Amino acid sequence: MNQTTEAAITAAEAHNREFLVFSLGEEEYAVDILKVQEIRGYENVTRIANAPDFIKGVTNLRGVIVPIVDLRIKFHLDKVEYGGQTVVIVVNVEDRVVGIVVDGVSDVMTLSPDQIKPAPEFGVTLSSDFLSGLGSLEDRMLVIVDIDKLLTSDEMELVERVAE
Amino acid sequence: MRMDITDFYDTFFEEAEELLADMERYLLELDVDEPDTEELNAIFRAAHSIKGGAGTFGFDALQKTTHLFENLLDHTRKGELALRRDIVDTFLETKDMLSDQLDAYRNGDEPDQEAFERICQTLQQLALEEIGQDLDGGGAAAPPPKPAPVPEVAPASPPEPVRSADGDQRIVTLLNVVEKDRQLLVEELGQLGDVISHQGDEQRYEVVLASSDSDDDIEAVMCFIIDADQFQIRPAVTGQTESAADTPLVAGEGQRVITLLNVGEKDRQLLVEELGQLGQVISHQGDEQRYEVVLASSDSDDDIEAVMCFIVDPDQLQISKAGEAVPPAEAAKTGAAPVAAANTAKPAATPEPAEKPPVKAATDNGVKPARGKSKAKGPETSSIRVSVDKVDQIINLVGELIITQSMLDQTVSDMDAVADSALLNGMSLLQRNARDLQESVMSIRMIPMDFVFSRFPRVVRETAGKLGKEIELVTEGESTELDKSLTERIIDPLTHLVRNSLDHGIELPEDRVAAGKPRTGRLTLSAQHQGGNILIEVVDDGAGLNRDRLLAKARENGLPVSDTMSDDDVWQLIFAPGFSTAKAVTDVSGRGVGMDVVKRNIQGMGGHVEIMSKPGEGTRIRIVLPLTLAILDGMSIKVGDEMFILPLSAVLESLQPSKGDLYAMAGDDVVLKVRDEYLPVVAVHEALDVPGAKTELTETIAVIVQGEGRRYALLVDDLVGQQQVVVKNLETNYRKVPGVSAATILGDGSVALILDITGLHRLSRAKKEVRRPERTYQSLEALTDKELETSS
Repeated sequence: MNQTTEAAITAAEAHNREFLVFSLGEEEYAVDILKVQEIRGYENVTRIANAPDFIKGVTNLRGVIVPIVDLRIKFHLDKVEYGGQTVVIVVNVEDRVVGIVVDGVSDVMTLSPDQIKPAPEFGVTLSSDFLSGLGSLEDRMLVIVDIDKLLTSDEMELVERVAE
Repeated sequence: MRMDITDFYDTFFEEAEELLADMERYLLELDVDEPDTEELNAIFRAAHSIKGGAGTFGFDALQKTTHLFENLLDHTRKGELALRRDIVDTFLETKDMLSDQLDAYRNGDEPDQEAFERICQTLQQLALEEIGQDLDGGGAAAPPPKPAPVPEVAPASPPEPVRSADGDQRIVTLLNVVEKDRQLLVEELGQLGDVISHQGDEQRYEVVLASSDSDDDIEAVMCFIIDADQFQIRPAVTGQTESAADTPLVAGEGQRVITLLNVGEKDRQLLVEELGQLGQVISHQGDEQRYEVVLASSDSDDDIEAVMCFIVDPDQLQISKAGEAVPPAEAAKTGAAPVAAANTAKPAATPEPAEKPPVKAATDNGVKPARGKSKAKGPETSSIRVSVDKVDQIINLVGELIITQSMLDQTVSDMDAVADSALLNGMSLLQRNARDLQESVMSIRMIPMDFVFSRFPRVVRETAGKLGKEIELVTEGESTELDKSLTERIIDPLTHLVRNSLDHGIELPEDRVAAGKPRTGRLTLSAQHQGGNILIEVVDDGAGLNRDRLLAKARENGLPVSDTMSDDDVWQLIFAPGFSTAKAVTDVSGRGVGMDVVKRNIQGMGGHVEIMSKPGEGTRIRIVLPLTLAILDGMSIKVGDEMFILPLSAVLESLQPSKGDLYAMAGDDVVLKVRDEYLPVVAVHEALDVPGAKTELTETIAVIVQGEGRRYALLVDDLVGQQQVVVKNLETNYRKVPGVSAATILGDGSVALILDITGLHRLSRAKKEVRRPERTYQSLEALTDKELETSS
């Protein structure tokens, strides 16, 4: 019996994916680790006028101008504070570099396909279109964000639509 | 040992593109009445090189087209085909066709078959009419070419010619070629013409071929199978088909006197030996300072020079025709004596090939490639191809370096000048070096305006032809350098302006004569640097703009104009959308679309257009552009706690506004009176919602700026200073921001936004409109927009 479990694990490992887990308030979210370029502190952000409130502005990332999005504002969290723990996850989506502000980064998790459940139809703030699913890990639940879809969506206003 | 040939595709495409560009340049320079042989040769070589490459890569259509073209060019350079303007036009058309084919192959497509057939037909037709010869094969009686490229046994071989026995006979000598290759070669040669005989052994094998193709063609075919040093081609005298050994010298290709200057004895001996392999050395005498060798050889001067250049410098030798100086008896002997003939037949023909193989190999190896080289006259290219991405990366890194350097500078600025003098000295050195480095790196991106101007001879020629005008194009300042990205973007607007000048500006020859001007109109394209800008001018000596007609047309179009408008304002009307005063819409221009696009494009590049015109004397259109988009001279300003950059080129002056000079207008609109001029006031903090900014107008500083020809007074809190900034695109990772043109990184590593003056004005008006929804600003907006278009 032990052996069959092991075999199953090996087979599943091929499809296992690694996720970076971060927190927004009390909730735990995860993004595909392959999308993450780096993690840095929140500092020196230049405000951009007439932009939506969740776009905090732009910052200098080794000579590259990178927009910074605060997901806490976007997801309408009650408490939005900027402190020593506030970090920016710099992600690469569709040849663009974007920084997302989160309350903290906890760890990197490996999830097997059967640990990822399809996301149910949600409320208004976070459409399930932008989710890859929900990760269940013992007593924790991770909201797995499809960061490509989210950041390039119209409502994020990060990408100029060709039609405009 | 098969390599993937596609690896070389890109190299071929790039090379071919360059060759085509050269070809076009030469074709345009060509004086139809007295063509320069060197230019004709250059055109021929370009076609030939492309053909070779096309053959290697199996681009059939391209190869066939170039083959026909090349043959025609060959006749031209031999003087058998007299050039005419329309023939040059056909050549140019062929060149375009080749470009298209090249593009098709580059995109992995097959070229347009129909166009290919058409161009082949045209070339054939031209050949038949002008020289009574069919290009593909031998006599004029040959049937028209097969329309479609026939798939060949060997993909690389040129198009199947019409077999004909009356071509020139040649003897092709193969050296050290194994039997299998020999058979293959004979077969290939059979496709070029008639193989009359072939015999010999592996070391030396002779094929007598009757073909109307040129030596070069035969060579090209054979090079696919064997190396260039493994064979020789020479003409056979008619009737003499058996042996090559006693081929006499071709008459006229007689003797030469080669004078060696300051060549040491050892080298002299070596040279005489080498020359002996090219032909017969009739005499050699002299001393180290001046040594004369009389040589009878059928090789060209270039070849002789090429051989000798392995030993001595080109300036150490002179080659001249012996002419009458050589006794006729001597010359006769050269032709008759079998020994001499054996020598003439190039190294391989020497009776004892086995004895001196190294020398021979050296010469042979040397001669062929050297010939190619000596053909490509001009300086050796001392440039390398680098992708723009790499250059941009270096520019970015240097930008970073500059930022780090200024950060360090700020840190050390508080230090004790005496105690830390070594560090401070080092810092100032670092600063200087970093600036120099930045300047050098920026210069990599700069390319001369010649890149742009070089395409205009063609445009002018064609447009003038269509319009029936006689126009002389003058270009000035081709060496003026401009950032590559700008050079590429300026081409379209400039083409439009040139076409416009040709069409509307310069009059028809008859009208010019009637007006007492020279028949030929003159169009001048010039470029020059002025401060941090480049001025590009399109000047014509045509009729000039007609003020009355412009005003009448503007009224017709419903534009708000008045008779008291200044000339400058009237001229700018031509940039209004849908504006054209041309009496007739022509093929070339006159539809009224375009000029507004021209203006917009140039503004998009951070530049503007000025027009000067005098009736009867002509029009001068001046484009003012920043030298580069990558670096900007900026003025840093502070609003609240935020820092912004204004392009210094836009800043005219700054002043503290006094209460008496500020006038309220229609509620909260404010204008500032500066020396009898009322300027719209744009409060930066309002437009960009900056918190904590000074709101009392008289406490702020008004920066008078110019954008798109209009002036504004920008209200800011403080002027911080001037600095050069590296321009960073906001759209790379984000999107366009209204009122902001780009961003940059300041000395402390933070990002500052570079303001777009016109955008800022628009933004502030939009904001005011939102704030006062009860009033109908739509109509006002529309009106002022129109005014802005026309009077700016």
